[in-house]
Amino acid sequence: MTGARARGAGATGVSGTFVGMPAFPIASAKAVGDSQLRHNLHKATHTIRGKRAAVVGEQPDWTELRAAGAAIKNRVLRHLDVYLEQLEAAVVKAGGHVHWAADAAEANRIVTALVKATGETEVVKVKSMATQEIELNEALADAGITAYETDLAELIVQLGDDRPSHILVPAIHRNRAEIREIFQRSMSEWGRPAPADLADDPPALAEAARLHLRERFLAAKVGISGANFAVAETGTLVVLESEGNGRMCLTLPETLISVVGIEKLVPTWQDLEVFMQTLPRSSTGERMNPYTSMWTGAAEGQEFHLVLLDNGRTDVLADQVGRQALRCIRCSACLNVCPVYERAGGHAYGSVYPGPIGAILTPQLRGMSSELDESLPYASTLCGACYDVCPVEINIPEVLLDLRAKVAAAGGKGHRVERLAMAGARRVLESPGLLKAGQRAAGRFRRLTPRRLPGPLAGWTDTRDIPAPPPQSFREWWERNR
Amino acid sequence: MHFNTGYRADAELLARRVGEIFTGYDAVVMPSGSCAAMVREWYPTLGVEPPSGVYELSEFLVDVLGVVDVGAYFPHTVTYHPTCHSLRSLRVGTRPEKLLSAVRGLKLLPLGGADECCGFGGTFSVKNPAVSAAMCTDKVRNVLDTGAEVLCAADNSCLMHIGGTMRRQRAGVRTMHLAQILASTEEEPA
Ligand code: SF4
Repeated sequence: MTGARARGAGATGVSGTFVGMPAFPIASAKAVGDSQLRHNLHKATHTIRGKRAAVVGEQPDWTELRAAGAAIKNRVLRHLDVYLEQLEAAVVKAGGHVHWAADAAEANRIVTALVKATGETEVVKVKSMATQEIELNEALADAGITAYETDLAELIVQLGDDRPSHILVPAIHRNRAEIREIFQRSMSEWGRPAPADLADDPPALAEAARLHLRERFLAAKVGISGANFAVAETGTLVVLESEGNGRMCLTLPETLISVVGIEKLVPTWQDLEVFMQTLPRSSTGERMNPYTSMWTGAAEGQEFHLVLLDNGRTDVLADQVGRQALRCIRCSACLNVCPVYERAGGHAYGSVYPGPIGAILTPQLRGMSSELDESLPYASTLCGACYDVCPVEINIPEVLLDLRAKVAAAGGKGHRVERLAMAGARRVLESPGLLKAGQRAAGRFRRLTPRRLPGPLAGWTDTRDIPAPPPQSFREWWERNR
Repeated sequence: MHFNTGYRADAELLARRVGEIFTGYDAVVMPSGSCAAMVREWYPTLGVEPPSGVYELSEFLVDVLGVVDVGAYFPHTVTYHPTCHSLRSLRVGTRPEKLLSAVRGLKLLPLGGADECCGFGGTFSVKNPAVSAAMCTDKVRNVLDTGAEVLCAADNSCLMHIGGTMRRQRAGVRTMHLAQILASTEEEPA
């Protein structure tokens, strides 16, 4: 175990996982060149995309459900203080403990102290984005505690010493041959080894994972989870999953610690009903997910801690345009439909939140603190496919545009030259005389259209020709023919 | 371009200028889905009142003029790329395909993955050239799979991107704007 622990910590160091990542254009260019990755992503995203479209298409009131989901989340965000206190009171009344964490460091401190108090050095984990976001596993490792991921895809990522590349399917970038290889190489370091004759078909891989994980579940004294929803009126937490491994972690251990972002609230059970319809259809393309676990406070014989996480969320809430990102229910439909994500893969986004939602959430949560963060709002063609599928109507293009305006105004690297170019172009477009002269010149000298453009525009001519300007502009044609 | 890249002050000046020039007309017809979407959807966010009666070309022909058959003649196989902003911002639906189907001699071939973005995205194509090129390659593959002689769209920026890629690849497929095909006649073929 010590070996695995040290390796887990050393590979990613606390809060250092994404520091120093290159900006999106560079990281994505590398991914674009990886043909195996391209194939894996194309296949996986198109499969889920099709399944989602089918089950959403059969829902006659989808538009209304979407609008209701957005309205419920807006209400939560407007009265967040009220609902949070309501949730806290309900959880405490049901025998749970509630902790408030302003940032990742505080959340990690709280969870580490809680685990240490149990005297345990191992925990089992339910798949959770919040704990990925705060890099809890690394923090626990530094404190001598090993966290075992029990979600199949998270397990693949953990065993492969890899990073997640998708919200729902963190190992989407891997195919089954690669997974078999990872299981055979690494399972023995973490626990029960994979069988020597492991095949690479899904049932065999799932069985190997099941056997590997089973001894974890039976031995674990501490479970750590996130939550998809927290119902304020009763203090109930909700986890939706496919495999049932989450339910094992939620029910078997003596101590359960749940780290939940403050925006995961829904006011009532009636509100929850809307998301129970939209989340499974949007994420896995199922009418209903196989396992939904709900618990209120501490079960008998169990200790329960809820850690409510801010970590930049109240900053996002303060932004009038950007706050809609907090409506997100992490379904990942926007990733699966995004043509940029499909080619760039999740790692290029340099965050546990990849794809369109990552492009608007990461820069806001981190406060655009790096070149990578500043490049994320530009990691989109604004094609609008994400907005179309989002079950809570997040207008992702609108937020991207707003963030771009902020980046341009800050005038970081490259944006000073761009500002001048934009102002110059604006002056030409504003003035009929200049525009006419330019068009006429381009028409006359059309043979001189260059094959290669200089500087930042070289990216265009690397793979495309420049169209030769027409011999006669529409303006000239109109003057002659009107 | 200015607005989509984050230069709102420049965009606002241009928007005001467009507003001045095009106010007072019954209809302003834009042969570009993304331009029409910019004016209708985004001018208000810049605090600029969009001129009234702004239509994308196919909307104007089908909804305002009420014509589907414009009397054009174009004896070629054509496939149609419904650009993102026409599709998802303006929701022009199948209006362009209806117009094309009514052109005499024209055979319209369905495009696989038609609703997927071609990867242009304005400055996206120079800021993220690798992903942009990868997206366009897939688009071109779908175009070539149709076997059509001509790729048609109602937005010149997308056509410039896809057309530029096809020319570089010596793909041998012509790109044409919807207006060019609808203006083609037996006497004056395009
Ligand atoms: S932004 Fe919308 S579509 Fe994307 S993960 Fe969040 S809820 Fe799902």
